[in-house]
Amino acid sequence: MTMQVERPKLTIWERTYLPQILHGLWLTLKHIPQRKFTRQYPEEKPPLHGAYRGAPTLVKDPEGRVKCVSCQLCEFVCPPKAIRITPRARPEDVPDANVEKEPEDFVIDMLRCIYCGYCEEVCPEEAIFLKQDFAIAGYTREELRFHKEKLLELGGVQPDSIWKWKFKGAPPLDAPGAPKREGAGRKG
Amino acid sequence: MTTKHEMELIDSAARAQQVMEEELAGEKMVINMGPQHPSTHGVLRVVLELDGEEIVNAWPDVGYLHRGDEKIAENMTYTQFIPYTDRLDYLAPLANNVTYAYAVEKLLGMDVPPRCKYIRVICAELARISSHLLGLGSFGMDVGAMTVFLYTFREREKIYDMAECISGARFTTSYTRIGGLAHDMPPEFVPMLRKFLKEFPATIDEVDKLLTRNRIFCERARGIGMLTKADAIDLGVTGPCLRGSGVDWDIRKAHPYSSYEDFEFEVPLGSVGDSYDRYLVRMEEMRQSVRILQQAIDNLPDGPVNSPDAKILLPDKEAVLTKMEELIHHFINVTEGINAPPGEVYFSAENPKGELGFYIVSKGGGTPHRLKIRSPSFVNLQALPIMAKGHMMSDMVTILASLDFVMGECDR
Ligand code: SF4
Ligand code: SF4
Repeated sequence: MTMQVERPKLTIWERTYLPQILHGLWLTLKHIPQRKFTRQYPEEKPPLHGAYRGAPTLVKDPEGRVKCVSCQLCEFVCPPKAIRITPRARPEDVPDANVEKEPEDFVIDMLRCIYCGYCEEVCPEEAIFLKQDFAIAGYTREELRFHKEKLLELGGVQPDSIWKWKFKGAPPLDAPGAPKREGAGRKG
Repeated sequence: MTTKHEMELIDSAARAQQVMEEELAGEKMVINMGPQHPSTHGVLRVVLELDGEEIVNAWPDVGYLHRGDEKIAENMTYTQFIPYTDRLDYLAPLANNVTYAYAVEKLLGMDVPPRCKYIRVICAELARISSHLLGLGSFGMDVGAMTVFLYTFREREKIYDMAECISGARFTTSYTRIGGLAHDMPPEFVPMLRKFLKEFPATIDEVDKLLTRNRIFCERARGIGMLTKADAIDLGVTGPCLRGSGVDWDIRKAHPYSSYEDFEFEVPLGSVGDSYDRYLVRMEEMRQSVRILQQAIDNLPDGPVNSPDAKILLPDKEAVLTKMEELIHHFINVTEGINAPPGEVYFSAENPKGELGFYIVSKGGGTPHRLKIRSPSFVNLQALPIMAKGHMMSDMVTILASLDFVMGECDR
């Protein structure tokens, strides 16, 4: 099915420019009393819709363990190669020393990161999450290479859906008082 | 030995040099329009040969935004390339995601569930509206109608809110995955879209009233940048520019993909092939897109959005966390990519700017051997010299705006 678009023929009245000028003025006037669409940005924050993808951060489980096990899957998948991980064995004195590895350092270069969310999607430990933080600023490049401590501080605590370290007696995720999970709208 | 300087002289720069020498003797003048000219919508340089105010010749010079996307694609898995498709036609990232996903799915010879197809249609049409809104808004602004620009940008903002809601980002959506979508659309998306569909036609009417019968606009657009049917076909022009010249070619109708055969819509055609016709075609296409969106949202099928094949899509996170086999699939899938069969496919879709095609050559394995992007803006830009010849210098702005190209995709 096709249709021919109609090319209107201007009337003599329209050829005088006047109706368009009047009409334009009228339209603008009509818009003046309407609610403003713009907002005063830094003071007034825009609402974020859906599972907004902001800065990637590392999270800890409710018992304070770093959830990342240095599998380096996120480092591999990251399209702009923004992640650098230095893995190491867990120190001997912690109870689950020989069970998992952990990152010695975990660097995300926020200048390279494109907030695609692939790292969160591939992480098999639910250890990396994209927070809803979109205004990341710094004075130097080095400042914007976020290291492990900074990422953990930004990420906070996030319970995982399976409670890997204690199967029995774990409260359900929707229990009152349970920490809010971010990014839960995404398939992950 | 070829010096760097000599290498640069090939192509449009060489021709410009040649004309410049002629210029000394005669009346002709050569000037550069762009790459920083506001009406070139990005970084396009046009070398213009002028006789007084009249354009004798125009040579588009592309490549200022070249990032080597095709080469990048050869070094990563099919899934990893999805964020790069956002950055082709950056005014319609959702539509690029959809086209790319279908291209790889064609290579794999797989199908996606009906719900996924409908959501992809919604994505593509939203992208079309937002791209046309920008195209028309800047068209208006380039010829001096600033108001239109503000109104279309307001509507565009609503579309970007919706894109953010559905995909998690305004521009860099990366929403599709091979074999499905990153996630189903969130429940709050449908009311948002319904509200938009209710409000949006009023804005089209406003723009219509401000421009279509406006004498100034008519005189700046009518008869400017004529592209005949034959020329348009010869040059491979696609999209609204082709339909503005009266050629009935819309891939959504000609080779329906993504269940477009289920939808009722019309393909608007122009009669003369000038800038004004292209403007009218875009206006009507937005109205038709609203129709498609309305049908898609009313008939949205239930069911899964992802095809169940764990060798193609990542398994469910819950299963990855608890089951060994899924975890193995997960790791293999991420690190080795989707194991595509050897072969060559071409898939093209009707994007806002025209026919966006991906030509994939696979030798098997997780990465493409070669991935060629047929970008509509690049091909449409070929028509520029024909369209510009004989017009005034100031009409160049109208012609560029009515071509509605985007350099991110042209240079890729
Ligand atoms: S969000 Fe994307 S770009 Fe950023 S660190 Fe994760 S995978 Fe890399
Ligand atoms: S964040 Fe997740 S994917 Fe990345 S190394 Fe740690 S456990 Fe692996």
